[in-house]
Amino acid sequence: MAKRETPLLDQLERGKWPSFVKDMKEAAEKNPMAEDLLGQLELSYKDKIGHWKHGGIVGVKGYGSGVIGRYSDRPDLFPNVQAFHTMRVNHPTGWFYKTDALRRLCDVWDKHGSGLTNMHGSTGDAILLGTTTDHIQPCFDDLTEAGYDLGGSGSALRTPSACVGPGRCEWACVDSLDICYDITMTYQDKMHRPMFPYKFKIKVSGCPNDCVASIARADFAVIGTWKGDIRIDQGEVEAYAASGLDIQKEVCDLCPTKCMEWDGKRLKIDNGDCTRCMHCINLMSKALRQGGERGATILIGGKAPILQGALLSWVIVPFMKLEPPYEELKDLILRIQDWWDEYGKSRERLGELIKRLGMRVFLRAVGLPAVPQMVKAPRTNPYVFFWPEDIKKEVK
Amino acid sequence: MAKTDIGPPDYKTMLPPVIARNYGKWRYHEIPQPGVLVHTADSGEKLYSVRAGSPRLVSTDHIREICAIAEKYCDGYLRFTSRHNIEFLLADKDKVAPLLAELESKGYPVGGTGHAISNVVHTQGWVHCHTPATDASGPVKALMDEIYDYFTTMKLPNHVRIALACCLNMCGAVHCSDIAILGIHRTVPKVDNTRVPNVCEIPSTVASCPTGAIRGDMKNKTVTVNDEKCMYCGNCYTVCPAMPLADPDNDGISIWVGGKVSNARSAPSFSKLAIPFLPNNPPRWPEVVDAVKNIIEVYASHARKHERVGEWIERVGWERFFSLTGIPFTDKHIDDFDMATESFHSSTLFKWS
Repeated sequence: MAKRETPLLDQLERGKWPSFVKDMKEAAEKNPMAEDLLGQLELSYKDKIGHWKHGGIVGVKGYGSGVIGRYSDRPDLFPNVQAFHTMRVNHPTGWFYKTDALRRLCDVWDKHGSGLTNMHGSTGDAILLGTTTDHIQPCFDDLTEAGYDLGGSGSALRTPSACVGPGRCEWACVDSLDICYDITMTYQDKMHRPMFPYKFKIKVSGCPNDCVASIARADFAVIGTWKGDIRIDQGEVEAYAASGLDIQKEVCDLCPTKCMEWDGKRLKIDNGDCTRCMHCINLMSKALRQGGERGATILIGGKAPILQGALLSWVIVPFMKLEPPYEELKDLILRIQDWWDEYGKSRERLGELIKRLGMRVFLRAVGLPAVPQMVKAPRTNPYVFFWPEDIKKEVK
Repeated sequence: MAKTDIGPPDYKTMLPPVIARNYGKWRYHEIPQPGVLVHTADSGEKLYSVRAGSPRLVSTDHIREICAIAEKYCDGYLRFTSRHNIEFLLADKDKVAPLLAELESKGYPVGGTGHAISNVVHTQGWVHCHTPATDASGPVKALMDEIYDYFTTMKLPNHVRIALACCLNMCGAVHCSDIAILGIHRTVPKVDNTRVPNVCEIPSTVASCPTGAIRGDMKNKTVTVNDEKCMYCGNCYTVCPAMPLADPDNDGISIWVGGKVSNARSAPSFSKLAIPFLPNNPPRWPEVVDAVKNIIEVYASHARKHERVGEWIERVGWERFFSLTGIPFTDKHIDDFDMATESFHSSTLFKWS
């Protein structure tokens, strides 16, 4: 049993949902850091305030990221969490694990840290919660020995993440796992040695359902899509109808472009009007398959509110074929990062820089053509800039 | 000398053989019961995925218990989802029922599939963050206890994605969630003039403010805050530790609704403000739990099948959202930041609520 009294946290052991307090107490039984963490959290519950100071700079040799410094503001009460740093461990793409690999990670963390983790953090890394400054380098050495490496932090490329993709999903239009892993391996330097104006996130989703929320969270989002007609198995459509799916009401009427017709026997799709939203395919995965030409839409600029407000990513390449070694994709990433690196202010995300300098400036700098798929509608204000070459020079 | 830049373990070494054999050749999937997915490949082979809830903050012993279960039923193969659930991956159909029985006996909730509420994506909170306005794990645990049945069943109009961020930095996609729980501060940072000159860089502190509330005081090598312009985002504190703004009496939680990230039917969209402030009331945040549960229940009883929370609200109108949920509408709901006017009604096409 943990030695500290935690009457407030004890109340979170009740109820049916798995309790993090139970896990903290489990770790506290054999680890003094976890025990002091429990004590400090109880104090936060009593005081209604956090008790962590601003992080200091800590890290491993040769890297500028992957470790987040963390210090208690009550080391007098909780000396074992005086220094309690986070290590971000790059997860296997798609969060697939074989248990021997997962057990190795646990063994390293029991040896060096609190025994508490997040499986996983919001960006995707396996988060190892809390170790002392002395243990950071030995922990890293043991992690690499066990086959793991650190993820990104600070003004670096953050750990890229991908949906389950072709590993399990019939809707994957691109190999989200392979693309993510390839990018991760190619850009190890950009992840581990922060050299950007601010963070840069890349996320890869296999289809427009976007299970890794790339459009909301990634500066550079890759979302699988297709060209060509949705392939219909009319027999399976009828089977769905027979099993109780109301094809008219649940499928056709909810189609955002109203490009589907159902006469009770045959389903017709006007593919020219389809915007590939996935609704009909989501409902009838046995009957409908995406069109045969597969690729991805590239969108950029997504972010949470800090600093100038949240942004959803914008379309910049409507369709890109993505086959190994993904040269076109990586070339675009580099051109974008170079431009951002040159013009971005400190702590200015890519989307904010484009907002500040204008999309037309960005497109010209990275060599992308303006296409109508980029906008919901053309501009309504007349404040139009022209390039010098658009203007006839006065001949004297 | 340690190896560097080896990158993560190759995911291909982590894939169960049934996945390796059918990689990219999945044909369709079914959900025979909540928490169980069956994917069928072109080859006819099937993969059974059993999804279980997790507190996300897990001990190594807990992970080892998960490993032991995976070794017993799944030849040692499992994965985690983007919403922190555990997925046990099985090739053998006969092992599904015994796995479900063991998970039940050990207290693992099985569900989070289809028209359900999946796990709550959340941040660190008081457990391990230096800028939180609330805890993360605690409110999530209290909420999931209360809405547990929505995880283990599939009876909602569509899935409801809930996320919690403990401050405006939003380490998680809370800004595009069906229901977002967001920790907020409500008092201006307290500038410690004795520390600012030593620990802060003045130009970057000034630049960190979205509303231009911070001015440099070069004479005294510190900064001043214009209280009327400050909306307590805490970004200055992130760059300047000598400007703390946490306030136990005034920090709390706001609730946002109607966002989504998928492109299905309607475009991805931001969550919009529903409740500007609820108090921090640890350990179980009853006001927050009740407020979220109320929104879920009103949605469940009013939305049409397949409508996400935001799609339902767009159809009935925000006026009706506030009257149906009984949530008071205030001047705080009306945007006054950049691009605010885009959200104003510029037509006579509104409802009487």
